[in-house]
Amino acid sequence: MASCRVPLVLLACGSFNPITNQHMRLFELARDHMHSTGRFEVVGGIVSPVSDGYGKQGLVPAKHRISMAKLALQSSNWVTVDEWESQQPDWTETVVTMRYKTHLLYGLKTATFGKSRLRSVNRFLESPTTLKRKYSGKISKYSSLKAQNTKLTRPFPQLKLLCGADFLSSFKIPGLWLDDHVEELVQRFGLVCVSRGSLQPERAVHESDTLFRHRRNVFLVREWVRNETSATEIRRALRRDQSVKYLIPDSVIEYIHQHELYTEDSERRNEGTALRPLIKQAHQPIKSLDD
Amino acid sequence: MENPTTSKVVLLACGSFNPITNMHLRMFELARDHLEDTGQYSVIKGIISPVGDAYKKKGLIEASHRVEMARLATESSEWITVDSWESQQSDWVETSKVIRHHYEELLAREHNRDDVDTIKYTKKRRIERVQFITGKEVSFPKPKHGPQLMLLCGADVLESFGIPNLWKQEDIAEIVGRYGLVCVTRSGGDPHKFINQSDDLWKYRKNIHVVHEWVTNDISATHVRRALRRGRSVRYLLPESVVRYVQEHSLYSAESEQKNADVVLAPFQKYSDASTSG
Repeated sequence: MASCRVPLVLLACGSFNPITNQHMRLFELARDHMHSTGRFEVVGGIVSPVSDGYGKQGLVPAKHRISMAKLALQSSNWVTVDEWESQQPDWTETVVTMRYKTHLLYGLKTATFGKSRLRSVNRFLESPTTLKRKYSGKISKYSSLKAQNTKLTRPFPQLKLLCGADFLSSFKIPGLWLDDHVEELVQRFGLVCVSRGSLQPERAVHESDTLFRHRRNVFLVREWVRNETSATEIRRALRRDQSVKYLIPDSVIEYIHQHELYTEDSERRNEGTALRPLIKQAHQPIKSLDD
Repeated sequence: MENPTTSKVVLLACGSFNPITNMHLRMFELARDHLEDTGQYSVIKGIISPVGDAYKKKGLIEASHRVEMARLATESSEWITVDSWESQQSDWVETSKVIRHHYEELLAREHNRDDVDTIKYTKKRRIERVQFITGKEVSFPKPKHGPQLMLLCGADVLESFGIPNLWKQEDIAEIVGRYGLVCVTRSGGDPHKFINQSDDLWKYRKNIHVVHEWVTNDISATHVRRALRRGRSVRYLLPESVVRYVQEHSLYSAESEQKNADVVLAPFQKYSDASTSG
């Protein structure tokens, strides 16, 4: 038999401020690892830069971060850049981005749920619980499609979140994630987490009941080569006029110089502002049926 | 942007480059930034000199491949070049001889010396070396206008000075005394301690430039070869063109890693022969 492997798409959310060789390594390492489990076939990778609304210090305009990511990934035949998240007016929860991408993968579009395109898009952004509650009549079409999917010899690709170990540890930060979202992220989607440096993702899984409960859907990839190259370090080097060659692609270096990105001024952007998630989610009750 | 008061420097890196990685290339960039940051130097050129096959290191693949990969890797660099002289010699060449060779070439190019001058200069230097071996204090005079040639290496090379029979003491002294060393620290090394513990190195500590790589970057060629043996991706660890070359020529397998497995490394062979022959 050709393959009982589940086709898989890896989605990485983040600032990509700027994209680095290390980011692209994540995809390569994750793909190798998921293939070696014998259960998956990685068919695609998506880089989804966060929108300017995120409010992180030093974040340069999304259009630049998108352009740089596109330049960097020109030579890749399986990883692409997705602009949807960066184009949203407000910061988008990771889980919402994943729901949107999943629906695109399933090919469910306007036809399934309604005439108005805008309404349909909003429906895609709702959680499975909400969908069930609101569209219990029409939901049969959705679940029958899902049922059909599992019967196909080539099912639709699954979407998993690709991230570094620091991302996993961020679940602990108060106000940054909603419990429901973390639950949906690991239960419905799954995580592929690449460890680097001294962080121990196993510990993060151990210390979170939610992660622990769904540990079979949290894939930990060990990066044996210690590589602490980070976008933060890159920006620091650029501010100090030090070389970043061989840490990020040449085309990205050129772009940065052309547009004079990453200076002491750019690093002060959003200084003193709280991250958008902390503000947005502060007003919402912890357990919510309405996402 | 050359400041007339700065000394011109050429960086020379010797090694297996088996294969060349982004880390090797980073070393050059870090060294250049460091030296120019002192305000005393202007780095005008970088030279990668892959070792010859006669070095007999385990897993060392043919020099022709290693040189070609280094060439592909430096295509996009404005100042780093590859030199195949060392790799083309039939016997293994001591690092000090490689440095001497390149230094002579540099001088010849700079001053357009005729043959007579070169011979006079070589004789003078040979006398100086003898004086050094016999313990007489000798300063290594540097030509006033020529560029300085410095050996660029990682902390592991610096610490290898301590391995018995790997280096000749007079060679170490010449490298740090006459030329100079730029040592880029990799994770786990402590070059300052090592320099402190060696009288030879301590004497010439002003010629040893230690560059701290604040961001740990452990991409070693050993790791890359291991990943390739296991069919894993090495993209973004090496330049794209080198990754393609490795794939096209199916380099680095379990077999290639066994090459020279039961052979003694050339320096050990050479120096132990010398000691047994008295």
